[in-house]
Amino acid sequence: MKDKIAENILLLIAFSAILSLLLITFFIFQQGIPLIFKTGLHNFFSISWSPTKGGFGILSMIIGSLMVTAGALVVGIPFGLACAVFLAEFSSPTIQKTLKPIIELLAGIPSVVYGFIGIVILVPFIRETFGGPGFSVLAASIILGIMILPTIVSISYDSLLAVPNTYREGSYALGATKWQTVRMLLLHAARSGIVAGIILGMGRAIGETMAVIMIAGNALKIPGSLLDSVRTLTSTIALELGYAAGDHRAALFACGSILFIIIIILNIVAIRVTGRK
Amino acid sequence: MIIRTSNVNLYYHTFQALKHIDLAIKENLITGIIGPSGCGKSTLLRVFNRMNDLIDGVRITGSVVIDDEDIYSPFCDLTMLRKKVGMVFQRPNAFPLSIFDNVAYGPRVWGITDKKTLTEIVERSLAGVDLFGGLKDKLHHSALSLSSEQQQRLCIARLLAVEPEILLMDEPCSALDPIATGKIEELMFDLKKTYTIVIVTHNMQQAARIADDVGFMLLGELIEFDKARKIFTNPADERTFGYISGRFG
Ligand SMILES: Nc1ncnc2c1ncn2[C@@H]1O[C@H](COP(=O)(O)OP(=O)(O)O)[C@@H](O)[C@H]1O
Ligand SMILES: [Mg+2]
Repeated sequence: MKDKIAENILLLIAFSAILSLLLITFFIFQQGIPLIFKTGLHNFFSISWSPTKGGFGILSMIIGSLMVTAGALVVGIPFGLACAVFLAEFSSPTIQKTLKPIIELLAGIPSVVYGFIGIVILVPFIRETFGGPGFSVLAASIILGIMILPTIVSISYDSLLAVPNTYREGSYALGATKWQTVRMLLLHAARSGIVAGIILGMGRAIGETMAVIMIAGNALKIPGSLLDSVRTLTSTIALELGYAAGDHRAALFACGSILFIIIIILNIVAIRVTGRK
Repeated sequence: MIIRTSNVNLYYHTFQALKHIDLAIKENLITGIIGPSGCGKSTLLRVFNRMNDLIDGVRITGSVVIDDEDIYSPFCDLTMLRKKVGMVFQRPNAFPLSIFDNVAYGPRVWGITDKKTLTEIVERSLAGVDLFGGLKDKLHHSALSLSSEQQQRLCIARLLAVEPEILLMDEPCSALDPIATGKIEELMFDLKKTYTIVIVTHNMQQAARIADDVGFMLLGELIEFDKARKIFTNPADERTFGYISGRFG
């Protein structure tokens, strides 16, 4: 009898979690999508964003989001993979047991702290070394690249560990060195997991808001170089929602819808890549 | 004599898995190692290409000479040794790459990048294990799509591609059905012309069918080593007799 009650309560909780997710999704789309059609696809995907005067073109923000995300990947993939390979293949169990939790801990640091570090250290460094305002695509890319490291490292590490030892033995038995084995075999064998880690990291980068607002500069134009300031979809929503009303508010929900769609696509791709083998 | 061991002892930490192994393996013959499971057959085989080096806590004493070179000397080039002494494993371990890339793996490890040379090697090696005819249009399919027997053949082809002298085979047929086993055995007869083969098996009939020399192991010791006919018809040691007449195993 008690079991039955507990079961029902758990069911109710699970159900309400799913329900609230559906409601949020519905709400965002219901608030945002009509404006896209009202503005017209052509105008919506243009660069003129002047929401108080009825200009709702979000192209520069989409490009901004994609640029910092791509930048984050350029930083995060090589470092993340190198870390994962070092941990999984070149270090002792003791080192693995110490370092892996530490790297995963990086994921728990609040993003405002990353943003703060960016403002205090990275932005001035970029300004003094390369010129420009410092608040830039480059700064956002580096900080986001660090923020997605834990995702990439831990998923790639797990999928390297999952590669059967018989493959390694087969490779060594042909005279391959450890490094050749990693490069020619293990990275291929672990590819689906690695790709999934990268895609999830990408989702994290594109959705990140606070750190990006703090260090990207948020200027409303398509950046001409890595040292230019940039504004993303997420920053726009966070910066403007406080005072937006009417169509402007709807336009921010439309931004949210676009983000939502991008992230759903990334997740589907990630699930398919890992599920395939 | 292509391989000669004298007084080889091997320890996994404190457990002694090989005891005073003295044997001499002749060129271009098939040498079978038989014995009950856990007696040290795989361990002995892995002595010859130093695969035991990969296991933590392994210690080995005595000497192993292959082609007049002491393979446990500090001057031995481990990767060269493994190129010369190739190994086929108990379960086919075709890599999760294409058929072509599996066979080209070894040559690439050894620095061959020229596409034409690689293609020649791949075709020759696959032909050497009778796979080329059936697979020549499927070279870019995943190796994991092949049957177990084909995968085991592919593993042998992968080995042939690096031009070894000695093939070590650790129960290469244990994951195969009898028909596939028969085919792999035929292949071994073919390969014997060019290579020296050392095969571990706990299947006595298999050893009787294909081996020229046979060694019988028990609890880490090499009890008896002789011509196959001698071992199977008139063994010198009563423990060998007990094993081949099925008293234990
Ligand atoms: N990695 C290892 N660590 C510790 N003991 C091992 C290891 N591998 C094998 N052994 C032990 O060594 C003995 C011989 O093993 P093995 O050579 O695999 O036997 P066989 O191939 O004849 O079945 C067994 O008692 C086994 O338990
Ligand atoms: Mg064995």
